[in-house]
Amino acid sequence: MTRALSDIETEAGEPPAPRPRRTRRSTRGVDPIPWWLFVIVFLVGLYFILPTLIVIPMSFSSATTFQFPPKGFSLKLYENFFTNPVWLTSLRNSVLVAVLSATLATVVGTAAALGLHNLTGRLARFARTVLMISIVTPAIVIAVAVYISFLKWQLVGTITGYVLAHAAIAVPFVLVSVTSALGGFDPKLLRASASLGAPPHRTFLRVTMPLISRGIITGAIFAFVTSFDEVVIALFLRSPLFQTLPVQMYNSVTVEIDPTIAASSSLVVTAVTIICLVLQFVGNRGKTR
Amino acid sequence: MPGTAKRRTPSPQWLLLVPAFALITVILLVPLGQSLVRSAGSPDWTLQHYQTLFTDGVTLRVLARTAMTAAMVTVIAFLLGYPYAYLMTRVGPRLRGVLLVIVLIPFWTSVMARNFAWIIILQRNGPVHSFLEQFGLDIVLYGTVGGVTIAMSQVLLPFMVLPLFSALSGIDRRLLLAARGLGSHPLAAFWKVYWPLSRGGVVAGLILVFTLSLGFYVTPALLGSPQQSLVAQLLGQRTTQLLDFAGASALGMLVLVVTLVLVAWANRLGGTISAIGVVAATRTKDQP
Repeated sequence: MTRALSDIETEAGEPPAPRPRRTRRSTRGVDPIPWWLFVIVFLVGLYFILPTLIVIPMSFSSATTFQFPPKGFSLKLYENFFTNPVWLTSLRNSVLVAVLSATLATVVGTAAALGLHNLTGRLARFARTVLMISIVTPAIVIAVAVYISFLKWQLVGTITGYVLAHAAIAVPFVLVSVTSALGGFDPKLLRASASLGAPPHRTFLRVTMPLISRGIITGAIFAFVTSFDEVVIALFLRSPLFQTLPVQMYNSVTVEIDPTIAASSSLVVTAVTIICLVLQFVGNRGKTR
Repeated sequence: MPGTAKRRTPSPQWLLLVPAFALITVILLVPLGQSLVRSAGSPDWTLQHYQTLFTDGVTLRVLARTAMTAAMVTVIAFLLGYPYAYLMTRVGPRLRGVLLVIVLIPFWTSVMARNFAWIIILQRNGPVHSFLEQFGLDIVLYGTVGGVTIAMSQVLLPFMVLPLFSALSGIDRRLLLAARGLGSHPLAAFWKVYWPLSRGGVVAGLILVFTLSLGFYVTPALLGSPQQSLVAQLLGQRTTQLLDFAGASALGMLVLVVTLVLVAWANRLGGTISAIGVVAATRTKDQP
């Protein structure tokens, strides 16, 4: 029990250290995997991907309702998505908010990760917990508190309000990925650079940055996706003048019954999948270097 | 820390934390602090808003329903997640990679796309309804707590599987073989040797999934019904429809405190935030 615990007990935010893997080939014959386990896992796997499997065929439906299986085949829903100003404006707003909030979160999150690097002790742990607080706070609690305060500060329905709120909840993702990139960072390099006469800012740009760039890029993409897909806070901050794509999707199932959401869903799912593959590619390239 | 001159550059490094702290403080901590003040101090210093939560008859019922739903979700996630995580520790690296990607899919599927898909699946005359009708069961899960539970379990399963996988892959299987070599039945060996070693990961996963279930807003709002609302819906409704900011703040604080207590508990048992870190790390670091 204590052994299993110590394996997963790490500092908040730090990924568990990779543990050496034993070769188990020799035990295969005496220790077979039961076949029914594969059946269960196959069904659970199906459950994981079921929504994705449903959304894509739905987007090619020619019906004006939510019926499944979809009737006919058409690109009508996509056409509607790309011609209807309500959908297009929401998409533009979402991209704008996501880019701005990801930029803000990446800058402050990376700085914070560098600030906390190699610091231990109660104060550093407390600082990290404060920065990570949004990850353990239910989105609805944040949304309600932020909404009431933003009403007073006149930030509801403004792009500033959206960007600040999304950046704040995206900081932990940047912090985690940059911290993890810093985990393999050798501080001797900094001293080496300094001893060769480089001023601190040059050391940062030429030594630190290239080594942690993968963590920064990953964090930035995480922050972008977090904002782009965020719906709870967005629902509270919306106004008739400014709303994001997830809010418009929400309206389309609650208010309008507009099947264009199927096209929007499959576009978002596809976009996020491509982003993940890019992330994977960035990760693998870093590994083989 | 202050006073010890062990570090060579103590103060400039701390300055790097200032922007992040400013952002988190102004955008999250101040609104939450104002919530706290509002819940206990409007118009005067009073606990009346908290008292109302327990006496209005509605809130307690909703809280009980929320806890029941969260418990159901947790049980389903455990029953499905344990075999999944177990198999992940047994197969080769390639299949393990595939299983890991699949487990992360719900995490990556857009919130609205996922909920829209569940509406399609669970609606009247949808696939699940038609399937059940073949057996003479006229059950529509859309608009019920059952439907909400199914949709929530799917998206919370990664939070069960990942800490479990982390715990299970630390268990030395030779202990099982030793137990069986000493004459134990495979099931008994599992129950007496493997299960106790995995319990740390199990408890962490259970608390994590239960805690996350408490705060779900979009899924119950879209798949459930207003008559059977969960606490997040009640919170939203009190804020935007009833404009009862003090009451909503008190309820929000209650949910927040319960959540933080549970998270702190899970964290002591090992790896709540780090479980979420695992999700991030699996994308950034090498796949096992």
